[in-house]
Amino acid sequence: MVRLTDMMEDDRNHLLSRPCPRFDGDPWVEGPPLAERRIAIVTTAGLQVRSDAAFDFRTAEYRVIPGSIEGKDLVMSHTSVNFDRTGFQSDTNVVFPIDRLRELESDGSIGSLANYHYAFNGAYMEPAGYEDKAREVAALLKGDNVDAVLMVPV
Amino acid sequence: MSALSHFLESEGLATAGISLVREHTERMEPPRSLWVPFELGRPFGAPDDAAFQHRVLAATLALFEAGPRPVLVDFPDDAPVKALAVETGGWACPIAFPPPPIDPNDLGAAVAAEIGQLAPWYEESRRALGRTSVSGQAFSVEEAAAHATLFLDTPPETGMAAVVRLKGALEDLKAFYAEAAAARPGASSADMADWLWQETALGRLIFTLSKTLATHEDEALRYMAARSLVPRAQAEKAKATAAP
Repeated sequence: MVRLTDMMEDDRNHLLSRPCPRFDGDPWVEGPPLAERRIAIVTTAGLQVRSDAAFDFRTAEYRVIPGSIEGKDLVMSHTSVNFDRTGFQSDTNVVFPIDRLRELESDGSIGSLANYHYAFNGAYMEPAGYEDKAREVAALLKGDNVDAVLMVPV
Repeated sequence: MSALSHFLESEGLATAGISLVREHTERMEPPRSLWVPFELGRPFGAPDDAAFQHRVLAATLALFEAGPRPVLVDFPDDAPVKALAVETGGWACPIAFPPPPIDPNDLGAAVAAEIGQLAPWYEESRRALGRTSVSGQAFSVEEAAAHATLFLDTPPETGMAAVVRLKGALEDLKAFYAEAAAARPGASSADMADWLWQETALGRLIFTLSKTLATHEDEALRYMAARSLVPRAQAEKAKATAAP
Protein backbone atom coordinates (compact mmCIF):
# COMPACT_ATOMS: atom_id res chain seq x y z
CA MET A 1 0.00 0.00 0.00
CA VAL A 2 -0.66 2.61 -1.34
CA ARG A 3 -1.58 1.18 -4.63
CA LEU A 4 -5.02 2.35 -5.61
CA THR A 5 -6.02 -1.24 -6.31
CA ASP A 6 -5.40 -2.06 -2.63
CA MET A 7 -7.65 0.70 -1.31
CA MET A 8 -11.29 0.58 -0.33
CA GLU A 9 -13.59 1.82 -3.07
CA ASP A 10 -14.54 5.17 -1.52
CA ASP A 11 -10.90 6.10 -0.90
CA ARG A 12 -9.88 5.05 -4.41
CA ASN A 13 -12.71 6.98 -6.04
CA HIS A 14 -11.95 10.06 -3.95
CA LEU A 15 -8.28 10.07 -4.93
CA LEU A 16 -9.04 9.51 -8.61
CA SER A 17 -11.50 12.41 -8.58
CA ARG A 18 -8.99 14.94 -7.19
CA PRO A 19 -8.14 17.81 -9.55
CA CYS A 20 -4.68 17.30 -11.05
CA PRO A 21 -4.00 20.23 -13.38
CA ARG A 22 -0.95 20.26 -15.63
CA PHE A 23 0.57 23.74 -15.21
CA ASP A 24 2.10 25.70 -18.06
CA GLY A 25 5.83 25.50 -18.56
CA ASP A 26 8.35 22.81 -17.73
CA PRO A 27 10.62 24.37 -15.11
CA TRP A 28 13.84 22.48 -14.53
CA VAL A 29 16.67 23.73 -12.37
CA GLU A 30 20.04 22.01 -12.14
CA GLY A 31 22.64 22.43 -9.42
CA PRO A 32 25.88 21.23 -7.90
CA PRO A 33 26.51 17.67 -6.61
CA LEU A 34 24.55 16.64 -3.52
CA ALA A 35 27.59 16.99 -1.30
CA GLU A 36 27.55 20.71 -2.06
CA ARG A 37 23.81 21.34 -1.82
CA ARG A 38 21.90 23.15 0.92
CA ILE A 39 18.64 21.30 1.54
CA ALA A 40 15.28 22.32 3.00
CA ILE A 41 12.15 20.26 3.59
CA VAL A 42 8.77 21.45 2.33
CA THR A 43 5.98 19.22 3.62
CA THR A 44 2.23 19.19 3.11
CA ALA A 45 1.65 17.23 6.32
CA GLY A 46 0.16 20.14 8.27
CA LEU A 47 3.07 20.15 10.72
CA GLN A 48 3.69 22.95 13.15
CA VAL A 49 5.82 23.77 16.14
CA ARG A 50 3.73 22.83 19.18
CA SER A 51 3.26 26.45 20.23
CA ASP A 52 2.13 27.62 16.77
CA ALA A 53 -1.52 27.96 15.74
CA ALA A 54 -3.25 24.98 14.15
CA PHE A 55 -3.89 25.18 10.40
CA ASP A 56 -7.06 26.78 9.14
CA PHE A 57 -7.83 24.38 6.34
CA ARG A 58 -9.53 26.83 4.01
CA THR A 59 -6.33 28.77 3.40
CA ALA A 60 -2.98 27.98 1.76
CA GLU A 61 -1.08 29.28 4.77
CA TYR A 62 2.22 27.73 5.84
CA ARG A 63 4.15 27.27 9.07
CA VAL A 64 7.87 27.88 9.58
CA ILE A 65 9.80 25.03 11.17
CA PRO A 66 13.19 26.04 12.57
CA GLY A 67 16.17 23.96 11.47
CA SER A 68 16.97 23.20 15.11
CA ILE A 69 13.58 21.53 15.69
CA GLU A 70 13.40 18.33 17.70
CA GLY A 71 10.74 15.76 16.84
CA LYS A 72 9.13 16.07 20.26
CA ASP A 73 8.27 19.70 19.49
CA LEU A 74 6.42 18.94 16.24
CA VAL A 75 2.67 18.33 16.11
CA MET A 76 0.28 17.78 13.20
CA SER A 77 -2.96 19.67 12.58
CA HIS A 78 -3.62 18.40 9.06
CA THR A 79 -7.28 18.49 8.14
CA SER A 80 -7.70 15.09 6.52
CA VAL A 81 -8.69 12.07 8.58
CA ASN A 82 -7.90 9.70 5.73
CA PHE A 83 -4.28 8.82 6.44
CA ASP A 84 -2.36 7.05 9.16
CA ARG A 85 -1.00 9.12 12.04
CA THR A 86 0.32 6.29 14.21
CA GLY A 87 3.61 6.22 12.30
CA PHE A 88 4.17 9.92 13.01
CA GLN A 89 3.15 9.42 16.64
CA SER A 90 5.86 6.80 17.00
CA ASP A 91 8.60 8.49 14.96
CA THR A 92 8.35 11.94 13.37
CA ASN A 93 11.06 10.98 10.86
CA VAL A 94 8.59 8.82 8.94
CA VAL A 95 7.00 12.13 7.84
CA PHE A 96 9.68 14.74 8.49
CA PRO A 97 13.11 13.09 8.15
CA ILE A 98 15.13 15.74 9.93
CA ASP A 99 17.27 13.30 11.92
CA ARG A 100 18.13 11.33 8.76
CA LEU A 101 19.13 14.56 6.98
CA ARG A 102 21.30 15.60 9.93
CA GLU A 103 23.06 12.25 9.66
CA LEU A 104 23.71 12.88 5.96
CA GLU A 105 24.99 16.36 6.76
CA SER A 106 27.33 14.93 9.42
CA ASP A 107 28.84 12.36 7.07
CA GLY A 108 29.22 14.84 4.25
CA SER A 109 26.70 13.25 1.88
CA ILE A 110 24.90 16.57 1.62
CA GLY A 111 26.35 20.04 1.95
CA SER A 112 24.20 21.61 4.66
CA LEU A 113 20.68 21.96 6.00
CA ALA A 114 18.54 25.07 5.78
CA ASN A 115 17.94 27.34 8.73
CA TYR A 116 14.19 26.94 8.19
CA HIS A 117 11.81 24.36 6.72
CA TYR A 118 8.17 24.93 5.71
CA ALA A 119 4.89 23.09 6.20
CA PHE A 120 1.60 23.42 4.34
CA ASN A 121 -1.73 21.69 4.96
CA GLY A 122 -2.24 19.85 1.70
CA ALA A 123 -5.83 18.79 1.72
CA TYR A 124 -8.51 21.36 1.14
CA MET A 125 -7.25 23.82 -1.46
CA GLU A 126 -7.19 23.22 -5.19
CA PRO A 127 -3.57 22.98 -6.41
CA ALA A 128 -3.52 26.42 -8.03
CA GLY A 129 -4.58 27.98 -4.73
CA TYR A 130 -1.10 27.41 -3.31
CA GLU A 131 0.72 29.49 -5.92
CA ASP A 132 1.05 32.79 -4.05
CA LYS A 133 2.18 31.22 -0.80
CA ALA A 134 4.52 28.86 -2.65
CA ARG A 135 6.23 31.79 -4.36
CA GLU A 136 6.48 33.53 -0.98
CA VAL A 137 8.20 30.46 0.46
CA ALA A 138 10.49 30.29 -2.60
CA ALA A 139 11.79 33.77 -1.79
CA LEU A 140 12.43 32.75 1.82
CA LEU A 141 14.27 29.60 0.73
CA LYS A 142 16.46 31.54 -1.69
CA GLY A 143 17.24 34.02 1.07
CA ASP A 144 18.49 31.04 3.08
CA ASN A 145 20.73 30.01 0.13
CA VAL A 146 18.81 26.76 -0.33
CA ASP A 147 19.41 25.07 -3.69
CA ALA A 148 17.58 21.76 -3.19
CA VAL A 149 14.09 21.31 -1.77
CA LEU A 150 12.90 17.94 -0.53
CA MET A 151 9.15 17.80 -1.14
CA VAL A 152 7.29 15.50 1.26
CA PRO A 153 3.56 14.74 1.11
CA VAL A 154 1.61 12.81 3.69
CA MET B 1 2.63 18.55 -3.51
CA SER B 2 3.13 18.45 -7.29
CA ALA B 3 1.79 21.99 -7.58
CA LEU B 4 4.17 23.28 -4.90
CA SER B 5 7.08 21.58 -6.69
CA HIS B 6 6.10 23.27 -9.94
CA PHE B 7 5.87 26.72 -8.34
CA LEU B 8 9.16 26.41 -6.42
CA GLU B 9 11.02 25.08 -9.46
CA SER B 10 9.65 27.90 -11.60
CA GLU B 11 11.14 30.31 -9.03
CA GLY B 12 14.58 28.78 -9.63
CA LEU B 13 14.70 26.15 -6.88
CA ALA B 14 15.47 22.52 -7.69
CA THR B 15 12.89 20.17 -6.14
CA ALA B 16 12.69 16.40 -5.67
CA GLY B 17 9.69 14.85 -4.00
CA ILE B 18 7.98 11.74 -2.82
CA SER B 19 4.84 10.60 -4.62
CA LEU B 20 2.29 8.62 -2.64
CA VAL B 21 -0.34 8.51 -5.39
CA ARG B 22 1.38 7.66 -8.66
CA GLU B 23 -1.70 8.53 -10.75
CA HIS B 24 -1.61 12.14 -9.50
CA THR B 25 2.09 12.49 -10.28
CA GLU B 26 1.65 11.06 -13.77
CA ARG B 27 -1.01 13.66 -14.50
CA MET B 28 0.70 16.72 -12.99
CA GLU B 29 4.29 15.94 -13.99
CA PRO B 30 6.32 17.70 -11.28
CA PRO B 31 10.06 17.85 -12.09
CA ARG B 32 11.41 14.91 -10.03
CA SER B 33 9.44 12.29 -8.08
CA LEU B 34 10.02 9.00 -6.36
CA TRP B 35 6.83 6.95 -6.17
CA VAL B 36 6.69 4.87 -3.01
CA PRO B 37 4.22 2.02 -2.37
CA PHE B 38 3.62 3.06 1.23
CA GLU B 39 0.54 3.75 3.28
CA LEU B 40 -0.77 7.32 3.23
CA GLY B 41 0.72 9.10 6.24
CA ARG B 42 4.09 7.33 6.00
CA PRO B 43 6.09 8.87 3.13
CA PHE B 44 9.35 7.38 4.46
CA GLY B 45 7.77 3.98 4.88
CA ALA B 46 8.48 2.77 8.39
CA PRO B 47 8.66 4.50 11.77
CA ASP B 48 11.60 3.62 14.01
CA ASP B 49 13.55 2.13 11.11
CA ALA B 50 16.38 4.53 10.31
CA ALA B 51 17.98 2.19 7.79
CA PHE B 52 14.83 1.95 5.69
CA GLN B 53 14.17 5.70 5.97
CA HIS B 54 17.72 6.28 4.72
CA ARG B 55 17.07 4.09 1.68
CA VAL B 56 13.98 6.11 0.75
CA LEU B 57 15.74 9.40 1.41
CA ALA B 58 18.79 8.41 -0.65
CA ALA B 59 16.57 7.35 -3.54
CA THR B 60 14.77 10.71 -3.42
CA LEU B 61 17.92 12.82 -3.14
CA ALA B 62 19.47 10.90 -6.05
CA LEU B 63 16.79 12.44 -8.27
CA PHE B 64 18.57 15.82 -7.99
CA GLU B 65 21.23 14.32 -10.24
CA ALA B 66 18.77 12.58 -12.63
CA GLY B 67 17.04 13.72 -15.80
CA PRO B 68 15.56 14.54 -18.20
CA ARG B 69 12.34 16.10 -16.96
CA PRO B 70 9.91 14.81 -15.75
CA VAL B 71 11.64 12.20 -13.62
CA LEU B 72 9.34 9.58 -12.07
CA VAL B 73 11.09 6.61 -10.49
CA ASP B 74 9.45 3.74 -8.59
CA PHE B 75 10.88 2.73 -5.23
CA PRO B 76 11.29 -1.04 -5.50
CA ASP B 77 10.23 -2.28 -2.06
CA ASP B 78 7.20 -2.23 0.19
CA ALA B 79 7.67 -0.92 3.72
CA PRO B 80 8.76 -3.56 6.22
CA VAL B 81 5.84 -4.81 8.29
CA LYS B 82 5.97 -5.36 12.01
CA ALA B 83 4.77 -8.96 12.13
CA LEU B 84 4.29 -9.12 15.89
CA ALA B 85 0.51 -9.10 16.03
CA VAL B 86 0.11 -11.71 13.33
CA GLU B 87 2.68 -14.02 14.89
CA THR B 88 1.30 -13.76 18.39
CA GLY B 89 -2.35 -14.24 17.56
CA GLY B 90 -3.54 -10.66 17.13
CA TRP B 91 -3.19 -7.34 18.86
CA ALA B 92 -5.53 -6.18 21.60
CA CYS B 93 -5.70 -2.87 23.38
CA PRO B 94 -4.41 -3.09 26.95
CA ILE B 95 -7.81 -1.93 28.22
CA ALA B 96 -11.05 -3.90 27.86
CA PHE B 97 -13.84 -1.38 27.65
CA PRO B 98 -17.40 -2.05 28.84
CA PRO B 99 -20.18 -2.60 26.28
CA PRO B 100 -21.26 0.47 24.30
CA PRO B 101 -23.95 2.67 25.83
CA ILE B 102 -27.25 2.52 23.99
CA ASP B 103 -28.30 6.06 24.87
CA PRO B 104 -26.28 8.54 22.79
CA ASN B 105 -26.54 10.95 25.71
CA ASP B 106 -24.23 8.60 27.59
CA LEU B 107 -21.46 8.97 25.02
CA GLY B 108 -19.78 11.82 26.85
CA ALA B 109 -19.67 9.82 30.07
CA ALA B 110 -18.44 6.76 28.21
CA VAL B 111 -15.60 8.71 26.59
CA ALA B 112 -14.68 10.27 29.92
CA ALA B 113 -14.52 6.79 31.47
CA GLU B 114 -12.29 5.54 28.62
CA ILE B 115 -9.94 8.48 29.09
CA GLY B 116 -9.61 7.60 32.76
CA GLN B 117 -8.81 3.99 31.92
CA LEU B 118 -6.33 4.88 29.19
CA ALA B 119 -4.50 7.61 31.12
CA PRO B 120 -1.89 5.35 32.80
CA TRP B 121 -1.11 3.70 29.45
CA TYR B 122 -0.80 7.08 27.75
CA GLU B 123 1.67 8.18 30.42
CA GLU B 124 3.62 4.95 29.94
CA SER B 125 3.82 5.55 26.16
CA ARG B 126 4.78 9.16 26.68
CA ARG B 127 7.63 8.14 28.98
CA ALA B 128 8.81 5.49 26.52
CA LEU B 129 8.65 7.79 23.49
CA GLY B 130 9.89 10.91 25.23
CA ARG B 131 7.23 12.90 23.41
CA THR B 132 3.54 13.12 22.61
CA SER B 133 1.69 14.18 19.49
CA VAL B 134 -1.21 15.44 21.63
CA SER B 135 -0.93 19.18 21.07
CA GLY B 136 -2.67 20.18 24.30
CA GLN B 137 -3.14 23.62 22.77
CA ALA B 138 -6.70 24.57 23.57
CA PHE B 139 -7.87 21.80 25.87
CA SER B 140 -6.77 19.01 28.15
CA VAL B 141 -8.03 15.67 26.82
CA GLU B 142 -10.84 15.69 29.39
CA GLU B 143 -11.87 19.19 28.27
CA ALA B 144 -11.55 18.14 24.63
CA ALA B 145 -14.01 15.30 25.18
CA ALA B 146 -16.44 17.57 27.02
CA HIS B 147 -16.17 20.19 24.28
CA ALA B 148 -16.83 17.64 21.51
CA THR B 149 -19.81 16.21 23.37
CA LEU B 150 -21.48 19.63 23.43
CA PHE B 151 -21.82 19.43 19.63
CA LEU B 152 -24.11 16.39 19.94
CA ASP B 153 -26.88 18.63 21.19
CA THR B 154 -26.48 22.35 20.60
CA PRO B 155 -23.11 23.39 19.16
CA PRO B 156 -21.65 26.08 21.42
CA GLU B 157 -20.13 27.87 18.43
CA THR B 158 -20.32 27.80 14.63
CA GLY B 159 -18.25 28.79 11.61
CA MET B 160 -14.62 28.12 10.80
CA ALA B 161 -13.37 28.97 14.29
CA ALA B 162 -15.66 26.28 15.69
CA VAL B 163 -14.44 23.78 13.12
CA VAL B 164 -10.78 24.43 13.88
CA ARG B 165 -11.34 24.10 17.63
CA LEU B 166 -13.48 20.97 17.37
CA LYS B 167 -11.08 19.34 14.89
CA GLY B 168 -8.19 20.16 17.18
CA ALA B 169 -10.01 18.65 20.16
CA LEU B 170 -10.81 15.46 18.23
CA GLU B 171 -7.30 15.10 16.83
CA ASP B 172 -5.89 15.39 20.34
CA LEU B 173 -8.34 12.79 21.62
CA LYS B 174 -7.46 10.35 18.82
CA ALA B 175 -3.74 10.89 19.41
CA PHE B 176 -4.22 10.29 23.15
CA TYR B 177 -6.07 7.03 22.48
CA ALA B 178 -3.58 5.82 19.88
CA GLU B 179 -0.56 6.61 22.01
CA ALA B 180 -2.17 4.90 25.03
CA ALA B 181 -3.00 1.81 22.98
CA ALA B 182 0.55 1.75 21.59
CA ALA B 183 1.72 0.86 25.10
CA ARG B 184 0.91 -2.67 23.99
CA PRO B 185 3.17 -3.11 20.97
CA GLY B 186 2.41 -5.08 17.86
CA ALA B 187 -0.56 -3.19 16.43
CA SER B 188 -0.53 -2.38 12.74
CA SER B 189 -1.96 0.97 11.73
CA ALA B 190 -5.05 -0.93 10.52
CA ASP B 191 -5.44 -2.69 13.90
CA MET B 192 -5.21 0.65 15.64
CA ALA B 193 -7.71 2.35 13.33
CA ASP B 194 -10.22 -0.52 13.56
CA TRP B 195 -9.97 -0.50 17.34
CA LEU B 196 -10.42 3.26 17.67
CA TRP B 197 -13.25 3.62 15.18
CA GLN B 198 -15.18 0.38 15.65
CA GLU B 199 -14.64 -0.47 19.32
CA THR B 200 -14.37 2.70 21.41
CA ALA B 201 -16.91 5.21 22.67
CA LEU B 202 -14.73 7.93 21.12
CA GLY B 203 -15.24 6.33 17.71
CA ARG B 204 -18.98 6.20 18.33
CA LEU B 205 -18.96 9.82 19.50
CA ILE B 206 -17.31 10.98 16.27
CA PHE B 207 -19.58 8.83 14.09
CA THR B 208 -22.56 10.38 15.92
CA LEU B 209 -21.17 13.89 15.51
CA SER B 210 -20.76 13.23 11.82
CA LYS B 211 -24.43 12.26 11.48
CA THR B 212 -25.74 15.01 13.77
CA LEU B 213 -23.81 17.88 12.22
CA ALA B 214 -24.44 16.74 8.65
CA THR B 215 -27.79 18.55 8.73
CA HIS B 216 -26.80 21.57 10.85
CA GLU B 217 -27.68 25.00 9.49
CA ASP B 218 -24.05 26.17 9.71
CA GLU B 219 -22.18 25.53 6.45
CA ALA B 220 -18.76 25.06 8.05
CA LEU B 221 -20.05 22.43 10.48
CA ARG B 222 -21.89 20.64 7.67
CA TYR B 223 -18.75 20.61 5.52
CA MET B 224 -16.67 19.22 8.38
CA ALA B 225 -19.26 16.55 9.14
CA ALA B 226 -19.33 15.39 5.56
CA ARG B 227 -15.63 15.48 4.78
CA SER B 228 -13.42 15.69 7.78
CA LEU B 229 -14.62 13.69 10.77
CA VAL B 230 -14.80 9.99 9.89
CA PRO B 231 -12.27 8.31 7.59
CA ARG B 232 -13.92 7.05 4.41
CA ALA B 233 -12.54 3.54 4.94
CA GLN B 234 -13.98 3.35 8.46
CA ALA B 235 -17.36 4.68 7.34
CA GLU B 236 -17.39 1.97 4.67
CA LYS B 237 -16.52 -0.70 7.25
CA ALA B 238 -19.22 0.50 9.64
CA LYS B 239 -21.76 0.41 6.82
CA ALA B 240 -20.74 -3.13 5.90
CA THR B 241 -20.97 -4.26 9.54
CA ALA B 242 -24.42 -2.71 9.96
CA ALA B 243 -25.76 -4.27 6.76
CA PRO B 244 -27.96 -7.37 7.24
